[in-house]
Amino acid sequence: MSDIGVVLQVTGLSKRFGAVQALDGVDLTIRAGEVHALVGENGAGKSTLVSLLAGVRQPDAGRILLSGREVRFRTAHEAAAVGIAAVFQELSLVGSLSIAENIFANRQPVNRFNLIRRGELRRQTRRVMEMFNVDLDPDDLVEHLSAAERQVVELLKALSAGPCVLLLDEPTSSLTQRETGILFSLIRRLKQQGTAIVYISHHLPEVLELADRVTVLRDGRHVATRRVDEIDENELIRLMVGRELRDIYGRGAVVRERVVPRLIVEGLSRAGVFHDVSFEVRSGEIVGLAGLVGAGRTEVGRAVFGADPAGSGRIVLDGRPIWPRRPQDAIRAGMAYVTEDRREQGLYLRHSVRDNLAAPRLERFRHRFGWIRDDRVDQYAEAICRRFRVVTPDIFQIVGRLSGGNQQKVLLAGWVGIEPRVLIADEPTRGVDVGARTEIYGYLRDLAASGTAVLLISSDLQEILGMSDRILVMRGGRLVARFDRREATEDGIIAAALGANR
Amino acid sequence: MSPMTVGWFRRISRLAELRILLVVVAFGLVMWVYEPRFLKPDTINTILLYLSCYAIIACGMTLLLVSGGFDLSVGSVSALAAMVAAVCMKNPAVPLAWPLAVLVGLAVGAGVGLINGLIVARLGINPFITTLGTMLLCRGLTYIVSGGVGRSGFAPQFCWLGQGMIGGVQMPIVISLALVVLGDLLLRKSRFFRQNYYIGGNEQAAWLNGIAVNRIKVLNYAVSGTMAALAGLIFCSRLNAATPNAGDGDELKVITAVIVGGASLAGGKGTVLGAFLGCLLLAMIRPAISFLPIEDHWEKAVVGAILLVAVMLDRLGRREG
Repeated sequence: MSDIGVVLQVTGLSKRFGAVQALDGVDLTIRAGEVHALVGENGAGKSTLVSLLAGVRQPDAGRILLSGREVRFRTAHEAAAVGIAAVFQELSLVGSLSIAENIFANRQPVNRFNLIRRGELRRQTRRVMEMFNVDLDPDDLVEHLSAAERQVVELLKALSAGPCVLLLDEPTSSLTQRETGILFSLIRRLKQQGTAIVYISHHLPEVLELADRVTVLRDGRHVATRRVDEIDENELIRLMVGRELRDIYGRGAVVRERVVPRLIVEGLSRAGVFHDVSFEVRSGEIVGLAGLVGAGRTEVGRAVFGADPAGSGRIVLDGRPIWPRRPQDAIRAGMAYVTEDRREQGLYLRHSVRDNLAAPRLERFRHRFGWIRDDRVDQYAEAICRRFRVVTPDIFQIVGRLSGGNQQKVLLAGWVGIEPRVLIADEPTRGVDVGARTEIYGYLRDLAASGTAVLLISSDLQEILGMSDRILVMRGGRLVARFDRREATEDGIIAAALGANR
Repeated sequence: MSPMTVGWFRRISRLAELRILLVVVAFGLVMWVYEPRFLKPDTINTILLYLSCYAIIACGMTLLLVSGGFDLSVGSVSALAAMVAAVCMKNPAVPLAWPLAVLVGLAVGAGVGLINGLIVARLGINPFITTLGTMLLCRGLTYIVSGGVGRSGFAPQFCWLGQGMIGGVQMPIVISLALVVLGDLLLRKSRFFRQNYYIGGNEQAAWLNGIAVNRIKVLNYAVSGTMAALAGLIFCSRLNAATPNAGDGDELKVITAVIVGGASLAGGKGTVLGAFLGCLLLAMIRPAISFLPIEDHWEKAVVGAILLVAVMLDRLGRREG
């Protein structure tokens, strides 16, 4: 443990948003060359704290000291100028510009006429990339990059200024195991250079692997700061949630003879994306679909749902062959699809909880002449909110203001509300805190118990292992492995996903 | 979340219309105090007539804005539709009967709307650019079709559309009010039209929820074009003349009115009632100016100022909420 001096210190930091006290007198000490993790449920105040440190918002009370000197930021720009860089979940890249132009946004090397020196820009970009072992073309446009690659560019953007403190907010949420490993080695290198890193994550195993110390926040207050070698996952959860959370995945119903498959997929193919995918999901089963990012899992899910129809193959639902050409067809047949991208493709962020919940089953609210009974919609929305314990002042609350976990619950609840025969859930707990996660797992289990066939697509291996009755693994657009719950192991799945030779 | 809360909140949730209603009422009262002639039947009639043209177009425009679309071509389409109908009716060789001419005019509006819709929905081209193009195209066609010269002197039955009265109320006002009531009802209560709010809120999510996004968008543009054509025909009938430069600048006035009435350029918000109130506010400005010791050309400036204030108030309201 490095005992180089404290580089960043926070005392009595508080911030209120309307009626919500997001941060309440938080103290924090960050040392140079350490990785300091910040954990807590959604709404605990982690993102607020980071936004204050990054200068995006101003605190109501408290002080921030950088190397002993008190600092006040009015803008993120000022924070960056003193050496605090942040990488948030919402990327700040401009798609139509190149990687180089994004990394050096507003800091491009210029000649005396203030014109950008392209050659020098490219050179400096390459230098930064080499420092961190990144292999991308500086002139490539950002809009052509994958989500993971954009994350890397965002990181390089923050790092290129040589910050003394780096704030990372859920950096691995869209990265594969391999890319996460690369990120970690990058972070370790930064540690050696003396950079302090504040790391927010919901992924506790990651935190325990990477961090030196971890601070737990709950309800805007500092609960504990511990060294990572003095604590384990259960203790962390206990501190975060304030109660014991054993076995958050729950237990599946006793394996009975599930005879009839509800969903049969045969030979599903789409040129260049996936090939000859065949599987079945039975009533009451949860089938997990694992694989690396880019293996084609989401694409298969969307194809079965008719969002991006496949080129060829067969789909049979409850004994009837169907071929959904658009989501409408799939919904009519009784399918539900929870998208992995709840903000961009799943929810209506500017609309109310009530409108969001009504969306997947607008047809059912139709009365005579096609009129909608608004009181029925309200009743339905209230009932669903109660059943799913959505934390919201009322059903008219704008969904964009809810926490990530509650947003995900609204998305899931809306689809569960159509009483689907088949549910395809793509990354249902991405960016969701432990408390809400447990609830979501419970709802998925309940849904399966009531007879729905559930296809669970996830990059979270623990989740797949904990929830699935059977596990399918995809790689490069093909289904390469099938496991039963009893024989599946983390190593086995990873090996299949990577294509490593046994 | 008791039933009581729902009822109370429902009334408050009409906040956007409440605000503009208050502004309209306040404006009317202030003007009336300053100049009692402002609320005399004559003036009110003028206001309603002036408003009716924009209100008809605003019905279609609201539909578009709610779904995230935009139509700059309405002014030109109204002129083109009227001119085509006029030319048909005044054709020296084969004059078309006025009912058919009206149908042709409406078809022109629907046709242009269809083209707008197909380009925006199928080709994915920005509605601003698309409708800018059709706006210029239609204006040009109006001049071409008319030879640069207006047409006038139509059949009296045709003129009844714009000059006639029902129950002592002028036809344009009757038609526009009927359309506003129908439009508001449909957009508010009909499941089919409510889908537009979802399309405007998040197109991708709407698609995944099974909403036929492209089809509805094309329909919206067709409706907008038809409404524009209707407005053009009614006023051609009222003036008993079709001119190539009719409706110039109408599109901006209508968009302003709809936004002042609570819609957002981003989509997902707005009602026909609000748009109507917006039109009402804008229609009150010219008569108000004529009573005030300021010149007529202040109208444009005032309209612009109102738009800016409305948008700023809306943004402020959202931040606090």
